[in-house]
Amino acid sequence: MTDLAWIDAALTSARPQAIGALLRYFRDLDTAEEAYQEACLRALRNWPQKGPPRDPAAWLIMVGRNAALDGVRRKSKQTELPPEDVISDVDDVETPMAERLDGAHYRDDILRLMFICCHPELPATQQIALALRIVSGLSVKQIAKAFLVSEAAMEQRITRAKGRIAKAEVPFEAPGAVERSERIAAVAAMVYLVFNEGYSAGAEAADARARLSEEAIRLARLLLKLFQTEPEIMGLTALLLLQHARVAARFDAAGAAVLLEDQDRSLWNRDMIGEGLALIDKAMRHRRPGPYQIQAAIAALHARAPRPEDTDWAQIEALYVGLERLTPSPVITLNRAVAASKARGPAEALAMIEPLADALGGYFYFFGAKGAFLLQLGRDAEARQAFDRAIALANTAAEAAHIRGQIDRLTADARARAAR
Amino acid sequence: MLYALLCYNSEEMVFSWTKEEDDAVMAKLAVVHGKLAAAKKLGPTLRLMPTTAATTLRKSDPPMVIDGPFAETKEQLLGFYIVDCADLDEALGVARELGEANPGGAYEIRPLRVFLPGTLEAEPAGASA
Repeated sequence: MTDLAWIDAALTSARPQAIGALLRYFRDLDTAEEAYQEACLRALRNWPQKGPPRDPAAWLIMVGRNAALDGVRRKSKQTELPPEDVISDVDDVETPMAERLDGAHYRDDILRLMFICCHPELPATQQIALALRIVSGLSVKQIAKAFLVSEAAMEQRITRAKGRIAKAEVPFEAPGAVERSERIAAVAAMVYLVFNEGYSAGAEAADARARLSEEAIRLARLLLKLFQTEPEIMGLTALLLLQHARVAARFDAAGAAVLLEDQDRSLWNRDMIGEGLALIDKAMRHRRPGPYQIQAAIAALHARAPRPEDTDWAQIEALYVGLERLTPSPVITLNRAVAASKARGPAEALAMIEPLADALGGYFYFFGAKGAFLLQLGRDAEARQAFDRAIALANTAAEAAHIRGQIDRLTADARARAAR
Repeated sequence: MLYALLCYNSEEMVFSWTKEEDDAVMAKLAVVHGKLAAAKKLGPTLRLMPTTAATTLRKSDPPMVIDGPFAETKEQLLGFYIVDCADLDEALGVARELGEANPGGAYEIRPLRVFLPGTLEAEPAGASA
């Protein structure tokens, strides 16, 4: 890595802590961001000559704070400006003080910075855009590209979101234990949104979107580093790693989605899978199961199977039962039914999803699964009806292609059975 | 004399590398590894998962299990090399060369007191998963 690339990486990784602390000082997001920007400019001038400081975040906080205060003074014209080299040369003397100031606060600083992005009044897309801009420091252009919108539209979306949180009450006092765990849960949900925004993309924007998934993993690791004993954050991080591990196998050369059971498992990222499994191991010790842990455990069972037919579907069904109990939802029941169909056959699975018809009447995946169960039971005409309904409900060409692929496969299977 | 070169760096940075950046660093390091191996100076080498994957057993009575690394530091222990060098100067030379291939962070050079090579075969990363 070149010096400049190293500095860039150091600035990016110090960003959440630095802006979080500056936000606590100035209680205004724009001022905090400007102060951080100014500190970065000075770092780019200063570090190549003097070498990087031992603690980049502390350096940026101190220099950013001085620069912003200086800006305030300059505006009021009461004080003469100190010479530039005095301000930008604070690292040696003031770093220990900055550390003392911020060591105790940095967890809550970063948590607060992440938390203001998940204000309940902000729609999911704005939460994601804001987190990527403020916490991750992605450029508006990069974010716009991932969302497939123009830069101007994204700029406007972020400005609007910032306007909303500026009006909202941002709590600056250190949170109590209950409040802290509520914040952690809200931030975890936001991180999962960022990940899904990347994960649910089709092949067309795969590269820009993969960036979002990687950012989400970075944010999850950051959150886990701050709160090392939270089993649900271990679960969240594991879930993201285990899902992202499959990214290279999820689309074929033509850009069509490849079903889990058809994926080339040699393309799965073993480093990520290893880390995900290690984190689930740690989480399980706490015996405080939660939705992220259970979903991660399900992803782990897929990851552990060398071939699709080695998948432990009975255990996956049991995990879905647990997930259903914690967060009842027809979609989870549907997923449980799919696992049940693999473990115990299509008849029971079909009975399981019958009561979901009302709740999931507009959900393409429901009809896809129903069609698959029916076809396996030899009720071809009904299966065809369900598949047609699924294709009509598909939101994207990829979803429709996914169902058509399923029809082709099951038709072929049924013919093979009939021929036997 | 056997030396351990303990690799410290900011894990936020290292684990934020893109696959391309990571591959580029590893390719540069591989050149240095190759030279050391050819000179029969390279012992076991390993790279650790991030400290978020760590668990610590405090040998108190009763022993206590703690999530996370033993010490929370600005830079983390991310891996190590065992190298066979004539003296500290040579070990520092190896560290310098590795540092040119992979700048940032620090190497702590610690002479070894006991070395048991063990019986494990090398395996590709994550293969035990």
